[in-house]
Amino acid sequence: MTVKHILNEQLLMGYAAGILPEAFDLVVASHLSLSDESRAMLGGYEAIGGAVMEDSDAVEMGADALASVMGRIKSEGTVQSKPAIKHAKPGILPEPLQDYVGGDVDKIKWRPLGGGVKQAILRTSGKAQARLLFIPAGAAVPDHGHRGTELTLVLQGAFSDEVDTFARGDIEIANEDLNHQPIASEDADCICLAATDAPLRFNSLIPRLLQPIFRI
Amino acid sequence: MIHATPLLEKTDTAFARSQMAAPWRLSKRKLKMSPTEQTRSHGDDWNAQILRVRNHRDETAFAALFNHFAPRIKGFLVNSGASGTMAEECAQETMITLWHKAHLFDPSRASAATWIFTIARNKKIDAFRRAARVEPEDLPWGPEPEPEAADALALSQETAQLAEALNALPESQRDIVKRAYYGDLSHSELAKETGLPLGTIKSRIRLALERLRQTLNEPVR
Repeated sequence: MTVKHILNEQLLMGYAAGILPEAFDLVVASHLSLSDESRAMLGGYEAIGGAVMEDSDAVEMGADALASVMGRIKSEGTVQSKPAIKHAKPGILPEPLQDYVGGDVDKIKWRPLGGGVKQAILRTSGKAQARLLFIPAGAAVPDHGHRGTELTLVLQGAFSDEVDTFARGDIEIANEDLNHQPIASEDADCICLAATDAPLRFNSLIPRLLQPIFRI
Repeated sequence: MIHATPLLEKTDTAFARSQMAAPWRLSKRKLKMSPTEQTRSHGDDWNAQILRVRNHRDETAFAALFNHFAPRIKGFLVNSGASGTMAEECAQETMITLWHKAHLFDPSRASAATWIFTIARNKKIDAFRRAARVEPEDLPWGPEPEPEAADALALSQETAQLAEALNALPESQRDIVKRAYYGDLSHSELAKETGLPLGTIKSRIRLALERLRQTLNEPVR
């Protein structure tokens, strides 16, 4: 699959190193499911991780660690070949996201945000927050800026903002400099996965008043 | 909790595209013999040991892997902020997973060190987060049931070069790359510690990665 807007190197490296908050991990893993190019790059950053690990100062293991590990391997011997538990079927939502939603788009518990726009907050640990957004074809998300970083991954349809047009698999990385108003394209309802590491800052009064209620 | 805020910037797509393949990947050309051969054969060796575990449940091979990797995994995790007990447990669990999942190891896609690193990283995340690691979907890779031996060799050589390139970086830059992987690189914290402004730190990381890439693309001596 060819995806136009892919991750930047810091996010790929952060994912490879395992240092991103869970909400960002979820967006990155979902994007990786849709972009071969990002996957190829991830391989590079994981290889650097391997090199860093090999270069780390060795810390001696406990005296009987190997024996204990062999013991655990042998006692677990019978359960080792159980098949991977993967129930996800190919759908609109990539597999990592289906694990959070409990299925594909039909399982999303949407809450209306007004103007036909809906959202579903996903349960993640850490400070960053992940949510799914539904924007009806041709509709707009309120104009907003960001206090932190917002990652938006398109899963269905497309949206356009001051930067460009983003379609399935594309990821937009917005930071404090960007004040944007995403508008869904006319031909399909747009579904996105967004992660923010600080609450969005809306530019008009009413959404700002609603913000604590909608938790965005 | 060791969440670092990653450096986030708008995607530099043109730059990313220039790194289309894995960023360290070398152009296809014959690699001359060099003093690095030794490192390479080590990498091949670890691959072979995992394959012995995979194919023959070879405990001697497993012990060799354990003695080499477990203390390094533990060291990596301690540097990443894990307690000694947690690091020991994660290192042991990583090795147990290596045994059970050896059938998933494909030396044409990842070297032994890379593969073991990803297992250890996931154990670390699980331990810190006490929830499952978010993993990308398994994509079909097309009809290639058996990895090409040549691919595996090329990959192992490239990975060995990567490790060399890392070691060849000036210490300050190597330190920054390593600290990034230890999750030690919350940039504002780093700024506090080093007294460097944020912009400088960002450009240093960029420079370190750039240097790493360049080194890897330089002809082998």
